[in-house]
Amino acid sequence: MEVIDLAWWKLALAALLILALAATGYLARLGITRSLLIAATRTVIQLALIGLVLEALFASSEFYWIALLAVVMLLVAGREVVARQGRRLRGWWAFGIGTGAMFVSSFTVTILALTVVIGPDPWYAPQYAIPLLGMMLGNTMTGVSLALDRLNESVWRQRAVIENRLMLGQAWQQALEDIRRDAMRSGMMPSINAMAAAGIVSLPGMMTGQILAGSPPAVAVKYQILVMLIITVGTGFGAVMAVSWGGRRLFDERERLRLDRLGNS
Amino acid sequence: MLENLSVGTLSNVSLTVPGGQVVCLSGPSGSGKSRLLRAVADLEPHGGRVSLGDAVQLDVPAHQWRSRVVMVPADSQWWFDEVQGHFPDDAASRLPSALGFPPEVMGWSVSRLSSGERQRLALWRALALQPEALLLDEPTANLDSETTEAVEQWLLGEIRQRQIPTLWVAHDPGQIRRVADAHSRIHGTSLEPANGSD
Repeated sequence: MEVIDLAWWKLALAALLILALAATGYLARLGITRSLLIAATRTVIQLALIGLVLEALFASSEFYWIALLAVVMLLVAGREVVARQGRRLRGWWAFGIGTGAMFVSSFTVTILALTVVIGPDPWYAPQYAIPLLGMMLGNTMTGVSLALDRLNESVWRQRAVIENRLMLGQAWQQALEDIRRDAMRSGMMPSINAMAAAGIVSLPGMMTGQILAGSPPAVAVKYQILVMLIITVGTGFGAVMAVSWGGRRLFDERERLRLDRLGNS
Repeated sequence: MLENLSVGTLSNVSLTVPGGQVVCLSGPSGSGKSRLLRAVADLEPHGGRVSLGDAVQLDVPAHQWRSRVVMVPADSQWWFDEVQGHFPDDAASRLPSALGFPPEVMGWSVSRLSSGERQRLALWRALALQPEALLLDEPTANLDSETTEAVEQWLLGEIRQRQIPTLWVAHDPGQIRRVADAHSRIHGTSLEPANGSD
């Protein structure tokens, strides 16, 4: 089955519907018009640009171009992790810890999936590598930023409890135990929920896309299972690393709680 | 015990607390009494040298230091739902009668405790750790005068019997007179000895 290409003017029909929604929002004073229009415009521009980039990338298939795009994606994700934290570590720490955790977890898992599980030739073939990395980074970014945000916020709120536990001779890991568990849970919850609801409540986007593009559902489902599993693995390890590095940074070498290292946004 | 300690606005604080003795600290609020205790417990960056017997603060891993030099803050914190979780398992059988709790207290939920009860339990929680030195930050602030004297008696008994050197932050001149073996006041940036009566 051949994929039906969409003409640009047909997309304009969908855009008209957005305008209709915006108009409704404006008339009913729902206060969503502005952000709706900005977000819709951003989607169109960003996706059109990435389409051009991917076309060029698929044509050249050079390793360093792919690596460059991967690095850009990572840095943007790192910036986003920083932006999503209400209280964050001062200096480069917030960016460094978030980006480091995402780099180690999502790059490792993506490369593992590419070389061992899928096995395209060459292993960095952009048709596989870029979408896979994109999905990994997108989800890991959510997990890492939720976990770090919860960690910093809880430490800030529960400073007295943490210090009282330190006063009783507890090591910093022990004094932070409950908070670390909480932070891990909020980082992992989206992936766990997505896995639990997959196929029953929601048809995941990647699978839907593959089926629309003409893949047999059986193949699409296998890819989707692979993607969901590795996304969860990547998110989980990313959150583990972010929470343990972030937690370590909140204490100094004498295991003192150093809230002066946390700044406000 | 303290040599040339400096923290916050205080500098060059030197003080020795012999075993089994209580040194009271007083001073206007905001003058840094609590920060001084926190520095001794190594909860805040500070200058100078603190030692306990032969052990120098910075040579001991921080959490070990704090389990030997235990601080009781003015407002104690509880993080489990029940009292029991905050104590070692055998604490119930050793519960001192002077505190006025029945043995069932270990099963009580923390949210049920009054602030005075929390404060007394926090003192017992610290002493149950067998500390080698105590840092008490207004340990009787939430207690009525009758309970205050009972708790003072009990604390002094434990301090003398176990030979624990103790720094005790207090406001009330009456209390200082009752418990202090020595008394120092904070004047501006320094700590000066005071005679117990002023």
